[in-house]
Amino acid sequence: MTATEPLSGSPAPAAPGRTLNLTLRVWRQAGPDAPGAFEDYDAPGISVDMSFLEMLDVVNERLVEQSREPITFDHDCREGICGTCSLMINGRPHGPQRGTATCQLHMRKFADGDTIVIEPWRAEAFPVVRDLAVDRGAFDRIVEAGGYITVNSGSAPDANLIPIPKSVADAAFDAAACIGCGACVAACPNGAAQLFTSAKLAHLNLLPQGQAERYKRTEAMVDTMEELFGSCTNHGECEAACPKEIPIDFIALLNKDYLRAKLKNRRYLSRKP
Amino acid sequence: MSDITLDAKVPDGDIQTLWDEHKFNMKLVNPANKRKYEIIVVGTGLAGASAAATLAQLGYNVSAFTFHDSPRRAHSIAAQGGINAAKNYHGDGDSVHRLFYDTVKGGDFRSREANVYRLAQVSNSIIDQCAAQGVPFAREYGGLLDNRSFGGAQVSRTFYARGQTGQQLLLGAYQALAEQVGLGKVKLYNRCEFLDVVQVDGRAAGIVTRDLLTGEVQSHAAHAVVLATGGYSNAFFLSTNAMACNVSAAWRAHRRGALFANPCYTQIHPTCIPSSDEFQSKLTLMSESLRNDGRVWVPTKAGDPRGPDQIPESERDYFLERKYPSFGNLVPRDVASRNIKAQVDSGKGVGPLRNGAYLDFAESIKRLSPQVVEERYGNLFDMYERITDENPYKQPMRIFPAPHYTMGGLWVDYHLETTIPGLYAIGEANFADQGANRLGASALMQGLADGYFILPYTIGDGLAPLLNKPLADTNHPAFKAAEAEVTDRYRGYLATNGTRSVDWFHRELGHIVWDNCGMERSRPGLEKALSEIPALYQEFKTDLRVLGDDRSLNQSLERAGRVDDFFQLAELMCRDALEREESCGGHFRVEHQTEEGEALRDDENFAYVAAWEWTGPDTPAELHKEHLDFKHVHLAQRSYK
Repeated sequence: MTATEPLSGSPAPAAPGRTLNLTLRVWRQAGPDAPGAFEDYDAPGISVDMSFLEMLDVVNERLVEQSREPITFDHDCREGICGTCSLMINGRPHGPQRGTATCQLHMRKFADGDTIVIEPWRAEAFPVVRDLAVDRGAFDRIVEAGGYITVNSGSAPDANLIPIPKSVADAAFDAAACIGCGACVAACPNGAAQLFTSAKLAHLNLLPQGQAERYKRTEAMVDTMEELFGSCTNHGECEAACPKEIPIDFIALLNKDYLRAKLKNRRYLSRKP
Repeated sequence: MSDITLDAKVPDGDIQTLWDEHKFNMKLVNPANKRKYEIIVVGTGLAGASAAATLAQLGYNVSAFTFHDSPRRAHSIAAQGGINAAKNYHGDGDSVHRLFYDTVKGGDFRSREANVYRLAQVSNSIIDQCAAQGVPFAREYGGLLDNRSFGGAQVSRTFYARGQTGQQLLLGAYQALAEQVGLGKVKLYNRCEFLDVVQVDGRAAGIVTRDLLTGEVQSHAAHAVVLATGGYSNAFFLSTNAMACNVSAAWRAHRRGALFANPCYTQIHPTCIPSSDEFQSKLTLMSESLRNDGRVWVPTKAGDPRGPDQIPESERDYFLERKYPSFGNLVPRDVASRNIKAQVDSGKGVGPLRNGAYLDFAESIKRLSPQVVEERYGNLFDMYERITDENPYKQPMRIFPAPHYTMGGLWVDYHLETTIPGLYAIGEANFADQGANRLGASALMQGLADGYFILPYTIGDGLAPLLNKPLADTNHPAFKAAEAEVTDRYRGYLATNGTRSVDWFHRELGHIVWDNCGMERSRPGLEKALSEIPALYQEFKTDLRVLGDDRSLNQSLERAGRVDDFFQLAELMCRDALEREESCGGHFRVEHQTEEGEALRDDENFAYVAAWEWTGPDTPAELHKEHLDFKHVHLAQRSYK
């Protein structure tokens, strides 16, 4: 495996047109209840300018040529924003490049002769659907429990009615940048979803518009999260794996708001902000 | 010959009060009766999620379908730049009328005035709605909302959320939808693909879907069906669309009687990362907002081997600034794209494959500081560096146009209803508002306008007369026949047992469409495409290889169905482009251009919407025309000089 390089650094540029000969060790599993196993595939002649998923496209094309079933993996926008792609690459969610989703990882980050181990997200709350694709519906359940600000279409006041300090809007944005890919859960030894949940909570709880439902939201989302996912024991692996580099500071906010939610008498909330 | 007459159902009256009056005149469904209706919404992007959430808030029972694993994945999420609204928060002379005017002009006078006016009117409510939902729009230090200007406009009316506006707006709509799912008002079907619309007694009565995990083909009945299924840029194979974007829902509705309008109106976005090799699976867009601070140039000398830092100012051609002094780098997308292509075609392209132009930030970095540039575009610069391994703070970006958005789509009337009663189309899936070219930051506006503020009103007018009408029975022969057809079609792909993969066919089809029906179209090129596409399609039918079965997740099988529909659409795109003997917006016929190489419209003969009727797999589609009247905007040659 190559060294991990931060994006802002200056990695030694790979010569354009260079190709790699790789071995892929890929998790294959025919269905949710079928047993799974690793299979090895030779992947010669992979251009360093390919993205990781384009490399898999090429491998799949070759498999189809040989009448072997292609590898199933989730992907869509290939711009690092939709959160559909996943993949444990050499034991790390989204692979070796920090702050980068699998679809934006390029083969220049690997070396000739590498063996790359590719697995699905491993977490109890994300059952394998097939091969490398998993079901992340548990994230949707958390949002459905309270990850919103209730406002009927057409009933909103003028957008500039409530000024929001830029620093607050920026902090809310940092949290809202979460793409819901599930890397945080996959990275966590406990399969906990604290980083995902805290990001959504921080996004909404920091904004003035989100105050009315703040404690109800916090309690509902955290309780749903606890039902579906493991518990947080402060490993911090989630932050390191997050392709959007969402900080674990938000987990502190989650804990604080959850505690307050349990203590507050919500009928009298407006007396003490 | 069919007896279809296209009635846009635009009410009479003053355009400024038309929508308000019409809202009053439409039939209402009283709140207690709304729960007696079932509505199906297909697609959960900006248009679909906002419509499903709003309809559920109103009290209707909604079923929402997405082929993604979660509604939040829809491709609206990738929109970067922003969303327009006529708020005039900056006091620079904006107004509903100006936004309306700019949008009609930007669309090269091929959109329906009344629809565009309504769009401009509701634009302000969208910003209010989204801010209330917690969409973290960019703000100034005083806490109020920030704006920037975008291509084709001379006012600052674009609201944005860093370079992730689409993501934040979609999350707002997704959260509103999730709330309704949690409340039990919306039943969500994920990883479930729409494959056909079913009519009973001349009205859309439901849909047939395929569960992508189990392959199960199922029927769902409803009183109305809404398609919010996006655009068809992936007909070009390489585009900025997500891998799964497809035309199938619109196309299958078309085959059942919904007219397909202006298929040749496709938008090529000027600022995308040039492709680097043949294995490329998609192209990545760099937001149009970059043109606010980036300067587009090529070397004056063709084939100049020097790097950008070695080329002195005097040997650079800032061709957009030179040709269009008043709009400069901010000319509309179609104009910018064609000019970049012309430079590359003349041998002045840059980069290892000489297939791009520079987009240079050196001057802005000097003028504004690297911090300000980072704040505005940091995530885009990072993305560029990840893909190209080049640092845009230090050397200019390389850009080239790529297919990005499709203005054509299902024909809809003022109510957003297709020619199949009870079937509606919203967002990019319909054709109405963008004309022949879409201005930047108006796709998000249209998707949310349709979903939050237009369809929820107009659909009531269609539903009111159906009060207490029972749902169609999904055992009705029409449902059973559609189910059987779908099952047979997918088994057919598996049984073909040929030698070529789905992706191979898609790539080959994309080459034909891009070469002949892309940025420039000509009669010989289109005629060539019209002979090559059917030949390749024939091969697809006999030589396709799809492995696996139809009872489990099979991504090749999903794609086979989509590529099948792209073949049929591609032919219609070329037919439409051939019939339209003029140039307008994104449709550029080389035979019709001014001496300076600008698009030359023919308003006398082509000021109409071309709406195509499916007549069967072996007979050519039939053209119907909706004449476009321009009462409020003076028809003129667009000039951005």
